[in-house]
Amino acid sequence: MIMGILDNLRKMDRNSNLYTFLYASGMVILVAALLAIAATSLKPAQQKNKETEKKIDILKSLGKADGVETASNKHKFVEDAFNKYIAEMFVVNSKGDKVEGVDAFSIDLKAEFAKPLEQRNLPIYKATLDDQSVKYIIPLRGRGLWGPIWGYISLNDDFNTIYGATFAHQSETPGLGAEINTAEFQKQFVGKSIFDVNNKFVSIAVVKGGADKSDPHGVDAISGGTLTSKGLEAMIKDCLSSYETYFNNQKNKNHE
Amino acid sequence: MSEIKEKESWFSAKNLKLLTEPINSKNPITVLVLGICSALAVTVKMKPAFVMAISVMIVTAFSNLIISLLRNTIPNRIRIIVQLVVIAALVILVDELLKAYVYDVSKQLSVFVGLIITNCILMGRLEAFALGNKPWPSFVDGIGNGLGYGLILLVISFFRELLGSGTIWGYRVISESFYVNNGGFYENNGMMILPPMALILVGIIIWIQRSRNRKLIEE
Repeated sequence: MIMGILDNLRKMDRNSNLYTFLYASGMVILVAALLAIAATSLKPAQQKNKETEKKIDILKSLGKADGVETASNKHKFVEDAFNKYIAEMFVVNSKGDKVEGVDAFSIDLKAEFAKPLEQRNLPIYKATLDDQSVKYIIPLRGRGLWGPIWGYISLNDDFNTIYGATFAHQSETPGLGAEINTAEFQKQFVGKSIFDVNNKFVSIAVVKGGADKSDPHGVDAISGGTLTSKGLEAMIKDCLSSYETYFNNQKNKNHE
Repeated sequence: MSEIKEKESWFSAKNLKLLTEPINSKNPITVLVLGICSALAVTVKMKPAFVMAISVMIVTAFSNLIISLLRNTIPNRIRIIVQLVVIAALVILVDELLKAYVYDVSKQLSVFVGLIITNCILMGRLEAFALGNKPWPSFVDGIGNGLGYGLILLVISFFRELLGSGTIWGYRVISESFYVNNGGFYENNGMMILPPMALILVGIIIWIQRSRNRKLIEE
């Protein structure tokens, strides 16, 4: 039967409307089916890549991502390190209470930060390092000059001092704004604090022209990357301030 | 009754010419000046440039092959749309494969893989060659043009990476200790990282090629 149809098609006038219409429809259906099959069958591998990348970023904020590039099996290397250091992942709300039944790892930060503060699900990763010290990793997401920027900041268990930070971007200017993902820039955040002496939340200022070395809340901006620097500053402030109540609650618990 | 057609050998002189001409005297970038946008955009580092070149080669070769196979059935009025659908489908396939198997590179190439669809080389080869030629020569023509495109990409990215980042294929060739930051005298040329410098490099390559091959100079 199919052969018959094909035979009829072959005899058709190639310039008729019907032939053109059938040809176009057939082609579109065929291509759509082909691409759908390809997309579905490659999805698991793509998902795995995204997950591994996120885990690498989280490990980077702890300074534990060395050797990833040279590892023979990147996925396994990252998986092992992640399981070793990340003790717990949980979600809190803006009042500082834990939210149950939400998977912290799969939260889409962009969607959460589009919601009003009270409704946000805020993920936290709790890590235990080799010396048994406990760190808390806060994911960040914001806007740079040309596109999204994101990162992770790890805090000591005083919920104040920064232990490490990592930032990444999608399309900032190479050599200028894109410098936020260099080690030199990220190193500056180590040891800075996000609360002042009166326990007021001040975040980290990215100072144009260079921050005072003794300033516990400031780092140098990137020369030529003013708008990216501003976006980064806003990102840190917006994201961390959502966790402010949680941080304060934990600090009070520590004092008791 | 049965007439045996004399078959042209697969690697006849004519077919080999299809492969070698686009590398030099019919180069898509330096002679036909097609596909310039991606040549500027993805040549900051050699690795992405190489992956881009391979991707373009696969897409030109297979779109040429498919269009050539279909050439007698395509209704003339919608032939451009048919070509576009074939190219787009192949590009999406390549993009999905890159995302699955070479994720790091696909991130660096970002939108430019998708933009292969608008690469003039593809449409140019389909219109000018595949619609009027048999599948095998069309396929070879696609490979040849991909090679010609890729060669230029690699040459440009070699210089841009060397002078702009001090590395080749990601490996450091200019010692860290030469840099001003570390008390040396050397500094990377920031201009090399920006697209305009790639355009200047393309210009230099065209200049060198034409001074060596005078036939290419227009009257």
